[in-house]
Amino acid sequence: MKFQNLMASTGEWLRGEGPHHQIVVSSRVRLARNVRNRAFPGWEHAAKSVGSAIVMNRKQTLSVMINEEDHLRMQSIRSGLQLRQAFKLVDKVDSALEAKLDFAYDAKLGYLTACPTNVGTGMRASAMLHLPGLVLSELINQVIQAVNKIGLAVRGLYGEGTEAMGNLFQISNQTTLGEKEDEIIARLNKVIETIIEKEQDARQVLIQKRPNTLWDQIGRAYGLLTYAHAMTSKEALNLLSVMKLGIDLGAFPEEKRLGIDQLFIETQPAHLQKSTQQKLNAEERDHFRAQIIRERLKSLPKPDISKVAREPEVTGNSEPEKNE
Amino acid sequence: MNDAAVFLTQIVDGKMQKVNLCEGCSKEKGVQDPTGFALADLLLGIGAAEEIEKSGSSTRCPVCGFTQADFKKTGRLGCSSCYVAFADGLNSLLKAMHKGTSHVGKLPARAQKTLALSDRMKTLTENLRQAVQEENYETAAALRDEIRQLESQLTESK
Ligand SMILES: [Zn+2]
Ligand SMILES: [Zn+2]
Repeated sequence: MKFQNLMASTGEWLRGEGPHHQIVVSSRVRLARNVRNRAFPGWEHAAKSVGSAIVMNRKQTLSVMINEEDHLRMQSIRSGLQLRQAFKLVDKVDSALEAKLDFAYDAKLGYLTACPTNVGTGMRASAMLHLPGLVLSELINQVIQAVNKIGLAVRGLYGEGTEAMGNLFQISNQTTLGEKEDEIIARLNKVIETIIEKEQDARQVLIQKRPNTLWDQIGRAYGLLTYAHAMTSKEALNLLSVMKLGIDLGAFPEEKRLGIDQLFIETQPAHLQKSTQQKLNAEERDHFRAQIIRERLKSLPKPDISKVAREPEVTGNSEPEKNE
Repeated sequence: MNDAAVFLTQIVDGKMQKVNLCEGCSKEKGVQDPTGFALADLLLGIGAAEEIEKSGSSTRCPVCGFTQADFKKTGRLGCSSCYVAFADGLNSLLKAMHKGTSHVGKLPARAQKTLALSDRMKTLTENLRQAVQEENYETAAALRDEIRQLESQLTESK
């Protein structure tokens, strides 16, 4: 699945308001399974042509990919930090399917998969995090390295050069053998909760120590998005990320959140092409993209810095003493 | 020059690795899911092929005909029997790649049933040995019947 395709889905998981949804965009868990005594799809394909398909529920929270890398890949996606819930659903589907299908399973190696990186549980759990605070404070590489040291993978979506696209990062388990499913998820949850705290700290530090940088970024994002007439998907992603931060901080009204989140998806090339009948070249696309954004943000008020939620500074006794 | 580029960055063992691919190249290399896991697979896949080549594993899976060269090319295995055919090389690879070398997670219900049956078999066999030792032939005969029954159940469940 490509990033565009993933982001192109406007499933319920996007509208949902899962725990920590401001920072954790979504949680995904997928299980890879193969049918016993049949070659894996890649090798089977080489021998004879086999059909492949994706089956999805209406809410787009559950999908089963058939005959991609493995015979079956079941995936559950939820809004916010809900890895446990996502696993529960996909585990239930797996149990229901195994009553009908004999899965390739080895007493020592567990579920056998086409790629040895998935053998064992066949499980990949991941969360997509929005970390503009850590990127703006240049702490992101430190965090990525720390997370990587404990056997988890962090991957950013990058534009040209080294800047992160949309300040979006995916964190996932790297190992699938020698650890139980719920242990892997508990480990991920713990690390993600730490990253959330670090992101929140970074935002507070920005508000208190570098407010001008912050308001400049938000003001520029607002200005460009509401007035530009040509915009690449990369620029749109980066600016929308800053707008999302602005909403998190209270500079824009909360009810505008969904509109911004939807623009993240609708301004991606694949989606943009879908929403118009004609075939667009790159220049036309950038023009069309800017037009959609301007239309959507017409009713968005200017950023209001006075509404930004600052954490109260801790000053000894906060509770006024009562005289009896 | 393809402008729809995919830039991936991953930290592997503390080292930042950048892979820049145009859409065509990324498809060719199997990196179709920048938000997914193909890069890890890609990177590990390259090492994996070397690992398997070094080992004394057989060169061809007797079940599906997959060869070491195929693994080098794709980073994927051909069928579940490949795990047996290339076991020597794979074991050291899995050890380096994962937390442990044995699965400790979910069991399919079928495997659970087989596991319960083989546990029961162990107990019965031990009881039988004891019964014979104690010259308790009546018990031994009954145990033998039960074991025979269980054996047929075990072959069915496999
Ligand atoms: Zn290329
Ligand atoms: Zn094979």
